[in-house]
Amino acid sequence: MTKYIGKSIKRVEDKRFITGQGSYTDDIKIPNMTHAYILRSPYAHANINSIDTTAAAEADGVVAIFTGSDIPEAIAGVPCGWQVDFKNGDTMKEPPHPLLCRTKVRHVGDGIAIVIANTKTQAKDASELIEVDYDILDAVTCPKKAAEEGAPLVHNDVPNNMAFDWELGNPKEEVSAAMATASHVTELDFINQRMVPNAMEPRSAIGLYDTAYDKYTLYTSTQNPHLIRLLMCAFVLGIPEHKVRVVGPDVGGGFGSKIFHYVEEALVIWASKEIGRPIKWTSDRSEAFLTDAHGRDHITNAKMGFDADGKIVALQAYTYANMGGYLSTFAPAVPTYLHGTLLQGLYTTPKINVDVKAMFTHTNAVDAYRGAGRPEATYLLERLLDLAALEMNTDPAELRMKNFIPAFDGVEQEGYVTQVALQYDSGNYEPVLKRALEMVGYEAFREEQAAQSNGKLLGIGFSTYIEACGIAPSAVVGALGARAGLFESAQVRVQPTGKVSVYTGSHSHGQGHETTFAQVVADRMGIPLEDVDIIHGDSDSVAFGMGTYGSRSLAVGGSAIVKSVDKVLEKGAKIAAHLLEASADDLEYAEGKWTVKGTDKSVGFGDVSLTAYVPHNYPEGLEPGLDMNAFYDPANFTYPFGAHIAIVEIDKETGHVKLKRFIAVDDVGNVINPMIVDGQIHGGLAQGIGQAMLEGAQYDDTGQLINGSYMDYCMPRADDFPSFEIDRTVTPCPHNPLGVKGAGEAGAIGSTPAVVNAVVDALWKGGFKVKDVPMPMTPERVWNAMQS
Amino acid sequence: MANKISVTVNGTTHTGEVEGRVLLVDYLREHLSLTGTHIGCDTSSCGACTVHVDGKAIKSCTMLAAQADGASVTTVEGLSSNGELHPIQEGFKEEHGLQCGFCTPGMMMTATDLLKNNADPSEQEIREALEGNFCRCTGYHNIVKSIQYAAKKMATTA
Repeated sequence: MTKYIGKSIKRVEDKRFITGQGSYTDDIKIPNMTHAYILRSPYAHANINSIDTTAAAEADGVVAIFTGSDIPEAIAGVPCGWQVDFKNGDTMKEPPHPLLCRTKVRHVGDGIAIVIANTKTQAKDASELIEVDYDILDAVTCPKKAAEEGAPLVHNDVPNNMAFDWELGNPKEEVSAAMATASHVTELDFINQRMVPNAMEPRSAIGLYDTAYDKYTLYTSTQNPHLIRLLMCAFVLGIPEHKVRVVGPDVGGGFGSKIFHYVEEALVIWASKEIGRPIKWTSDRSEAFLTDAHGRDHITNAKMGFDADGKIVALQAYTYANMGGYLSTFAPAVPTYLHGTLLQGLYTTPKINVDVKAMFTHTNAVDAYRGAGRPEATYLLERLLDLAALEMNTDPAELRMKNFIPAFDGVEQEGYVTQVALQYDSGNYEPVLKRALEMVGYEAFREEQAAQSNGKLLGIGFSTYIEACGIAPSAVVGALGARAGLFESAQVRVQPTGKVSVYTGSHSHGQGHETTFAQVVADRMGIPLEDVDIIHGDSDSVAFGMGTYGSRSLAVGGSAIVKSVDKVLEKGAKIAAHLLEASADDLEYAEGKWTVKGTDKSVGFGDVSLTAYVPHNYPEGLEPGLDMNAFYDPANFTYPFGAHIAIVEIDKETGHVKLKRFIAVDDVGNVINPMIVDGQIHGGLAQGIGQAMLEGAQYDDTGQLINGSYMDYCMPRADDFPSFEIDRTVTPCPHNPLGVKGAGEAGAIGSTPAVVNAVVDALWKGGFKVKDVPMPMTPERVWNAMQS
Repeated sequence: MANKISVTVNGTTHTGEVEGRVLLVDYLREHLSLTGTHIGCDTSSCGACTVHVDGKAIKSCTMLAAQADGASVTTVEGLSSNGELHPIQEGFKEEHGLQCGFCTPGMMMTATDLLKNNADPSEQEIREALEGNFCRCTGYHNIVKSIQYAAKKMATTA
């Protein structure tokens, strides 16, 4: 039955990319198209006294210039898609995020004016002629300082800059009481620094208004075209949704940053009708640094208590989460329901409390970035565990084994109910760590480490993580504040000749859906892979969709496809039964044909599909055609897990850290295409390791992003990594038809603390008993750690 | 100021006028509609715009179109010949060296230049040769393997 599932089928989408025929938004040309450039604030916090566009409007090639005051009052701005209210029940503070600033700017890069010209160069030239008179105000960029009395306010009507505060788990007093019984408490203050997602394709959007049909088209580099359409039509522009087509063509990476509805999308759509011509806007990399939603940015204090046997007795975590100047689409969910809920980790910790304050600052918005909250949770837990092992002089792997939740498959044994609102689906945690230790050659490594005497310090770091993926059961997330459902839809259109076009609401921006989904369909239908086409990304052809993020495409989108395929086969069986003059109950379907059980009488899928569209000899009362739709709303999240181990070598003279080996054993449930899953893991690892060693956005006190270019922000390069050593175990998801859990974020979630733990281990073993080296662990920071 | 230039791109000679400040990458993308060459940054760092000029890999955002007057340029669209994939293209497909595909053209142009000068590079040499090309999807792991695949293939067919 499984001719394709489980095989590393080469990707069908590759041909267009390796021959230069991919079609990204900026590659699209439309007749009579204009080009837009957005003038942005150079200040983090300022009042706008006046904007003079007179000279700019007369510049060569300029078609139109719009400022905030040109946009109708009714268009208040882009909405937030998730509401997290204050602990005391007060409503989340949700100040408007205007398309262009009218009176005040709140971060460097906030939009002032859109200049539209015949060429991009003309638009850019003209923007330099716009005169803006600002009163510069004090800024605050640190979420902890933003909470202090007297801090500059980002929004005048948001006291203390607090968007909301939030708490989850056992009551604080219970956690404190449990902590008081501990024979050892490990405490750590740390910063999970702000990351810039840096998808290689800068964001781009084309707005087109067609007067003949009174219809708009938006091409945009997005992970979820239908979600953008819904948000933009219903909450921003008030345009009827059926009059808007949104296309996410080939998209050059997203990593979360292309989930969100950005102001530029609404701007080009609105302005395209105003000027009667299509408008293309494409971000420069410098603009991308300033305006693509950033990730992480937590300041945390955490304590973990252990009894005399090394069993965890309590966990307390306090976090300030930086929201930036405005609430981006999913921002409130990230430090709360995607972070606090994961603090059970893989462990039986009986008492957990997490407390989060979400703060506005004069910085770019922060939202989901690969892993979104779960990397922060993993970092918190795994740093504490390795540090505790060092402090208690015990083995970090043994300490984990001692605290692992026992295996459960979610079928015979119930899913594990955590202290922080989740029920894990299935898990078997010891094997991933054991396999990783075996791959490392753990005992030999420890001997080598002890014997090291060449001026270098060797260290090993662990991370055993869990994530909540396959986002998400709509009713559950609705109860938690999501303003959208998180199901997925699929449609299978069967052509009369038996070829199959599958329309999915998931969106591929590198994940290889055109291959993986085709493998699923071809196997389920018993037809050749070549007979299946996967179509995504266009709201005019795909009926509906929620898009791709949160490692959800296969678990949710794939399940919707399976449901539609099953509906096709169910109807096909009725037609087959008619043709075979048998009862549908007596038929079995295999290898693309229905056979009357126990006989050699059969009819092929192609004959049935032809009959469905040429219904001359057809079951009475049955509709012609063989297209089927399905929506799939998952019963639970999925819970992939794994064990990551880093081995580093520190040069004592310079503080330079070399990542010598990285071992990852992940369990993402069943695997459809191992090659693609491995690729997802590799990419995630690079981003997670990049955070530990190289990357991090740096705002100065005035709110300038001082490393907002590739000359300043350290992107990971090929020679920063060794070849990764990866393997997997398979614990199927019990609640979706494919048994899959999702693989997109695992690498980024597990890897970061392993690397930092390895550096701390190396330092500790070298006699430098430091608790933390702040990320990114530059040679300077590591060297300083050795001097303290 | 307009400059008259004549550039041979993928074997076809194009003659026309370009503004002095037009970058080669914009000339390829906007004037010739060869959109396989991508723009990933504005600091000549990421390498998404890498093409060959007179047989050498260069970042086409670092060169003016006017400077390419008289030159022979090869872009990703010119890599395969007679409908046959170039070994580097085959390598990227076979070894899953691409995900979103955005950095891929530049990666392949850099890699072919490397293999021209070093037919059998070590893993470290490959990683160092890719210093000027960023990929955010693959962690470079399979890009290295793709280039090794191409090296092997080119050695056996040479």
